[in-house]
Amino acid sequence: MSNDDAYGDDAHRDDASARWSADLDRRALRRALVRINGRAQLIATEERTTLVELLRDELGLTGTKEVCGMGDCGACTVIVDDDAVYSCLVLAAECDGHEVETIEGQARGGQLSNVQEAFIACDALQCGFCTPGQVLAVEAELRRASPADDAALVEALSGNLCRCGAYRHLIDAARLAARRAAGAGAGAVAP
Amino acid sequence: MIDSERLHPRPDERTTPTGMVGAPVPRREAPAKVTGAARYSADVHLPGQLEAAIVRSPHPHARVRSVDVRAALAVPGVVDVLTPADTATVRWYQEGVPLLGSTVRFVGDEVAAVAATSARAARAGAAAVRVDYEPLPHVTDFEAALDPDAPAVHPGGNRTKAPKVQGRGDVDAALATAEVVVERTYRTPTAVHNAFEPHGCVASWSGGELTLHASTQGVNDVRSMIADALGLAHSRVRVIAEHIGGGFGAKQIPWKDVAIAALLSQRCLRPVRCLYDRRGENLAAGKRGATRQRVRLGARRDGTLVAIDAELLGDSGAYRTGGESAALWGPYLSLYRCPAVRTTTTFVYTNTGPAVAFRAPGFVESIFALESAMDELADRVGVDPIELRRRNHTDVDQEAGRPLSSPTALPAAYDRIVEVAGWVPRPLVPPDHTEGAPDRRADPAITREQTVRYGRGFAAHDWVGGGASPPGFADVELHEDGSAEVRTTTQDIGTGTRTLLAQVAAEQLGLDPDEIRIGLGDTAAGPPAPTSSGSATAPTMAPAVRAAAAEARHRLLAAAADRLGCRADELHLSAGEIAAGDGRRCSVAEVLAGIGPEGVRGRGATLGQPDGVTVRTSGAAVADVEVDVATGEVRVTRIVVAPDCGRIINPRLVESQIIGGVAQGIGFALTESQLTDGRLGTVVNASLEDYLVPTVADTCAVHHAVVGVADEAANPLGVKGIGELPMIAVPAAIANAVSDAIGVRITELPITRRRVLDAVALAGRAARSRPQPARPQPAQQQPAQAPADTAQETTERPR
Repeated sequence: MSNDDAYGDDAHRDDASARWSADLDRRALRRALVRINGRAQLIATEERTTLVELLRDELGLTGTKEVCGMGDCGACTVIVDDDAVYSCLVLAAECDGHEVETIEGQARGGQLSNVQEAFIACDALQCGFCTPGQVLAVEAELRRASPADDAALVEALSGNLCRCGAYRHLIDAARLAARRAAGAGAGAVAP
Repeated sequence: MIDSERLHPRPDERTTPTGMVGAPVPRREAPAKVTGAARYSADVHLPGQLEAAIVRSPHPHARVRSVDVRAALAVPGVVDVLTPADTATVRWYQEGVPLLGSTVRFVGDEVAAVAATSARAARAGAAAVRVDYEPLPHVTDFEAALDPDAPAVHPGGNRTKAPKVQGRGDVDAALATAEVVVERTYRTPTAVHNAFEPHGCVASWSGGELTLHASTQGVNDVRSMIADALGLAHSRVRVIAEHIGGGFGAKQIPWKDVAIAALLSQRCLRPVRCLYDRRGENLAAGKRGATRQRVRLGARRDGTLVAIDAELLGDSGAYRTGGESAALWGPYLSLYRCPAVRTTTTFVYTNTGPAVAFRAPGFVESIFALESAMDELADRVGVDPIELRRRNHTDVDQEAGRPLSSPTALPAAYDRIVEVAGWVPRPLVPPDHTEGAPDRRADPAITREQTVRYGRGFAAHDWVGGGASPPGFADVELHEDGSAEVRTTTQDIGTGTRTLLAQVAAEQLGLDPDEIRIGLGDTAAGPPAPTSSGSATAPTMAPAVRAAAAEARHRLLAAAADRLGCRADELHLSAGEIAAGDGRRCSVAEVLAGIGPEGVRGRGATLGQPDGVTVRTSGAAVADVEVDVATGEVRVTRIVVAPDCGRIINPRLVESQIIGGVAQGIGFALTESQLTDGRLGTVVNASLEDYLVPTVADTCAVHHAVVGVADEAANPLGVKGIGELPMIAVPAAIANAVSDAIGVRITELPITRRRVLDAVALAGRAARSRPQPARPQPAQQQPAQAPADTAQETTERPR
């Protein structure tokens, strides 16, 4: 949520005011059918609403965090069709017909996901504000390439900042989750 | 991977009957944090809630002639606009300026605030507020602010107060007779906390009572300060901080978001949320102010210090925020045994955002300077850097003239770090720069292996915090059904407070930590507790909880003794069962059911500091670096830290604090610096795009050399704080490692590529332009010859 408009000069403020009025005329809401955490939801939202705004402000899924609002930090990472994306850089309306997974959808039937369990085991969090995005970044990487190679795991984390500096434990957690995923995969192939 | 040895080197049977204290118990809120269930202030949404947006000054210094809100109120969704005229009676900062200024003193200073039905409408409304500014002359450089002709940030000059002179002995006489004098000027940058949850608050009123969901490190301080600022009784204000998305010091006081949300909510009769955006967070929510430190060390030929003189200048920003934003003098006065010390500290106002405490405020900065100078002294006198620190160790608080509570901890830290880091004693020998650096751009055949230099550096530190910050109170209650809870008003700012308090209570009550509810982060939750700052939460609250649980245990066993017809001291409490020596037993639940609804309660407190000793913390760090002299790139390959935090309650949580502190230390050493354009007076990197917090790629192997000395003189648990310690010596150790690698001392942080390349080029020119000295042999223990550039500020007196 950039607030740059609030710092402009007075001429820009008049423009902003005029733009807002003009915007009102074309505020027709966009309908979209989005699968969110496994359930199809019909949404009606402004065209400019970002996915993170939809999730947090309209659907109450506040597990997704917004920190920079401009794709610098990765805190708002969610999974769209198996890819990790910054939800501050995606419009909600773009998700029409797509599958969105948030942190709230990772535990199934009260059972935490492999990645979530690994984060707890390695204490890969402190304040926890970047944690949902970190969990989903690792989750997407493990789905993309399993078994995941080590450099790719670190690369997958490189788009997600952690101001508490839990990086060493984040790497540990990603490795643990990758090992467990590989183990589970092998078990399924050779019972 | 962190390589923490298995704890605990000294298990104490007396205080760990169940082994709970010292166990790596999982962080209790981790499941809530990995599922998105943990609720932060930024996530609170109450029925009818409005969103606020702040109008910030685009000028570094200006008079606000008028604020026209008509266009803003015409924006659909805007409900109200708060202006300077509405808030003249609410005073802010130590200067007592109005909450919304008639004069603005930095880019980002708050002028007005808009409440609207959505955040988007609030931002549009803020953009539509027309402010008529009369720009005034400004000064943003803290060194230039002392110029007699510099524009005055406040009436009365730019010194926040008269220079503060502290110390002991005759420094000038000691320096005049010192056999070796090392003198140099160091600079550290402005650094920004950039906690990921911004400063923010949701305010709501009900029946004349104000509830604030605030992202804060101190619910009690927010309550008292906001109540006083708004003229409310403290009892009418409740502050809740369930989870806090990072603070690092910047949330140890209330900021304007809290007052703005409270006032708008009062006017609109609806809940209001005021969250700083990332730019506001970078401009107006605190910073570690830049410093200039002119340091002179006088020593004998064997490295024994005879004098320390430090002229310290710090940037306070436009206002003073309260608390200690930078105790720059600290280590000069306390870290080493020295009979003559003088610190002269001046803080100046500038037209920049206000400074506030940031993880070990002042010590991170001054340890960089002092420990760089100590390394230079080691170089000059030809003594191993760690041996030099040992020779200057002190067992006493020289200012107060009394012993330290744990005087063996720092020597133990030296021992442990030598062992874990594999430190090889040495006199420092400057590398040869005669050849200059090969130019990889000119010759692609030159590889990184040919241009990389390896270095290892050491730094020691102490810290004024890590002891208790009394008073702190806690209640423990055992309910009729046998369940137990701890209640207090401390906070868990991501450090694991809940977990360690549960461990301490569980040990006394013979329960599993998971069975104990911990209520905190809410002024209504329990009795008073201090702000989570100064690494004080564990040493204040763990003993208080232990005492409360011990009292509850005592009462429970007394009731059980009545029931069983025996003496209480014959009873053993474990896993919900109370057993007498003769085999008779009953369950805790049975005893409590007999007592009835009043249950069993205990209250514990940390009321003061221990008598006759000074509680301090200390430690050491070793950094390994690779410096590419062709590109200037510095890579940290390993950090070892040995922090003295007393007895460790939970090694897993301590490891987390260590890796985090090390990461922030790497950032302060290499990448972080808020930059201000002096002409425009505006910050040019007020975002996470351009202000470079460390990423996963900037981290390195981190090893914890466990000191493991319980501080029994500090409190009965022997516990001290860890939060700030692992960061303090890291920038200094990295700087010393870079100096070891390239033979040139970098005197200004962060150590950017430009600074490395400039330093290497300067050293090369200096080396080529003078006759070659005979290079000293390490084995001879002779003083190493300093290169010309490092000698330029040093003086050596004839013996």
